[in-house]
Amino acid sequence: MPKPFEKLTAIAAPIMRANIDTDVIIRIERLVGNSIRGTLGKWAFGSLRYLPDGSENPAFILNREPYRQAEILVTGPNFGCGSSREGAVWSLQEMGIRAIIGSGFGDIFFANCFQNGILPIVVDKAIVDSLAADIEATQGAGKLDINLEAQTIVSPSGKRHSFEIDPRRRDGLLQGLDEVALTLQRDNEIRAFQATDRAARPWIHFARKSA
Amino acid sequence: MQKPGRTMLAKIWDQHVIARISEDTDLLHIDRHLLHDLGGSRGLLDLKGRGLKVHSPGLTFATPDHAISTAQGRAGTSKIGLELLATLRAETSASGIQLFDVDQPGQGIVHVIGPELGLSLPGCTIVCGDSHTCTHGGLGALAFGIGSSELTHVLATQALIQRRPKTMRVRFEGRLPPGVTAKDLILALIGHVGAAGGTGYAVEYAGSAIRDLPIEGRLTICNLSIELGAKMGMVAPDEKTFEFLHERPYAPQGEMWDSAVSAWRQLPSDADAVFDREVVIDVEKIIPQVTWGTSPEHVIGVDGHIPDPQAIDDPARRAAVETALDYMGLKGGMPIAGTPVDWVFIGSCTNSRMSDLRAAAEIARGRKVAAGVRAWVVPGSENVKREAVAEGLDKLFVEAGFEWREPGCSMCLAANGETVGPGQRSISTSNRNFVGRQGPRARTHLASPASAAAAAIAGVIADVRTMGR
Repeated sequence: MPKPFEKLTAIAAPIMRANIDTDVIIRIERLVGNSIRGTLGKWAFGSLRYLPDGSENPAFILNREPYRQAEILVTGPNFGCGSSREGAVWSLQEMGIRAIIGSGFGDIFFANCFQNGILPIVVDKAIVDSLAADIEATQGAGKLDINLEAQTIVSPSGKRHSFEIDPRRRDGLLQGLDEVALTLQRDNEIRAFQATDRAARPWIHFARKSA
Repeated sequence: MQKPGRTMLAKIWDQHVIARISEDTDLLHIDRHLLHDLGGSRGLLDLKGRGLKVHSPGLTFATPDHAISTAQGRAGTSKIGLELLATLRAETSASGIQLFDVDQPGQGIVHVIGPELGLSLPGCTIVCGDSHTCTHGGLGALAFGIGSSELTHVLATQALIQRRPKTMRVRFEGRLPPGVTAKDLILALIGHVGAAGGTGYAVEYAGSAIRDLPIEGRLTICNLSIELGAKMGMVAPDEKTFEFLHERPYAPQGEMWDSAVSAWRQLPSDADAVFDREVVIDVEKIIPQVTWGTSPEHVIGVDGHIPDPQAIDDPARRAAVETALDYMGLKGGMPIAGTPVDWVFIGSCTNSRMSDLRAAAEIARGRKVAAGVRAWVVPGSENVKREAVAEGLDKLFVEAGFEWREPGCSMCLAANGETVGPGQRSISTSNRNFVGRQGPRARTHLASPASAAAAAIAGVIADVRTMGR
């Protein structure tokens, strides 16, 4: 069950390149296995974070203080596009990320964030750019303040921005809801739907190989 | 007052609503859940760990594709890949889920076998823990990729909570010029609207060029929906769809077939349906496409020039192009044709069906793969493999110098040790040219099967129109 999310005041790192896909966030070979949870944090952004010899790339923002301590990412357009691998979210979570701000996210990545108690915030690109500029002006030392209940972000310079979020998603994060448990409570409705549907669309429910 | 027309998305969606969760969010019934070796076995273990059972095993189907080797005899499957396969076998058997196992007819890339077996049908909801599940939309299904948590949710409940997406219609109008394929159409669209152009939308592909396309081409079009940001893509079912599905092993038979077809005829969007966004593409202006960068939106015609960063005013865009060119080892302003390739990969859920192999074979027939180029053909499924062998395509490819492999995802995602080496250049019929997608520091150019075969013969990225018969 995801941890509830209410407020967060934390270091934020701007990663402004467009179209950072989930392959770049976590490489596939790190995800091959049945028990990978807990092993992924050090591999997040591997191709950006490490040089070919395996040493840290000093040019990558998350290898520099104070950004190493970032719990928030401020991202370029279409962050998390591509593969549905939830390992992308797990790897960010395991490196300490709890919220991601951007002008748009890959649809499946966006959904995966909520499933893990990570808050993805969509705001206009102008606001993303302004947040990144504000953070850079403090060399990363200035913290971002996110209040989910009030739906606000306050930048290090004190600028307040509000954001929109699906109320159902917000409540889910605030309460740390487990969707599987919620839907299991509706099992009577699911079975009733299937019973009716079996008569209406038998070809869906009796899929079996013909001779 | 007359009711406004409904889109195909609305018709399929409404038919699957079990309960309304909020104004724009519903609990949807899932008709088909496809599992593969990478996500499926982990999902089944997760479910077991929570003390839950598979809700509807009869609507769940599994096959290994991601982590198994495609070498002859499956030699070289990693230890972990074998463990995943063993788990998939044990857990599907324990749950009563149909598994299409290695070397059996039915095994293959999930997005190839669903349509091929008649598991994927018009009007049904299909999910899989893989973003290219949108492929099945080519038959008029509402199909989309999900992550691990949603996968567990579907295993446990056969339902999923989803927010209704916006709708976009893309009309491809006109007749396909010579050398231009479904892959070129969809790459051209991604170049036009961008890799986030479809984010938040379900895309319906329509227009005369889509109606003219055979079903396999429509599957290719829908497959790349996710590369324009849309997790769902679909084409209205028509007589071609019904003909394609008729007598498929898991498609309805007899009277049930007739009632299914009458229901499927009601699915296409009404003539007066309104979409949130409309895009029209003139197909006759499209030429064979090839990507030059690290996003599918980095695409040009094969007679085009690689973008020159010096000519770009916007600093952010210039920097993005410079970064991509640096990774790809290319120089801005140069023609893309003539770029030497080390690897050719013909396969993946995008382009590994019979029509794809035939198109590549047509170019390869009687020619030889250029010296120094390694070229692989990986059929999408065991059935595709057997049909291709029966047609003699395997021999044709081998005689031309290609390697003929066993069915699976292979070098598309490189989860099975099948990778392009660091700094090496590949032309690939797959769907992602992302940084490191085909292996650490591998450089990928996306193209159609015919264009990939042309590059294999020429040893460089080549205009397939000059190599026709």
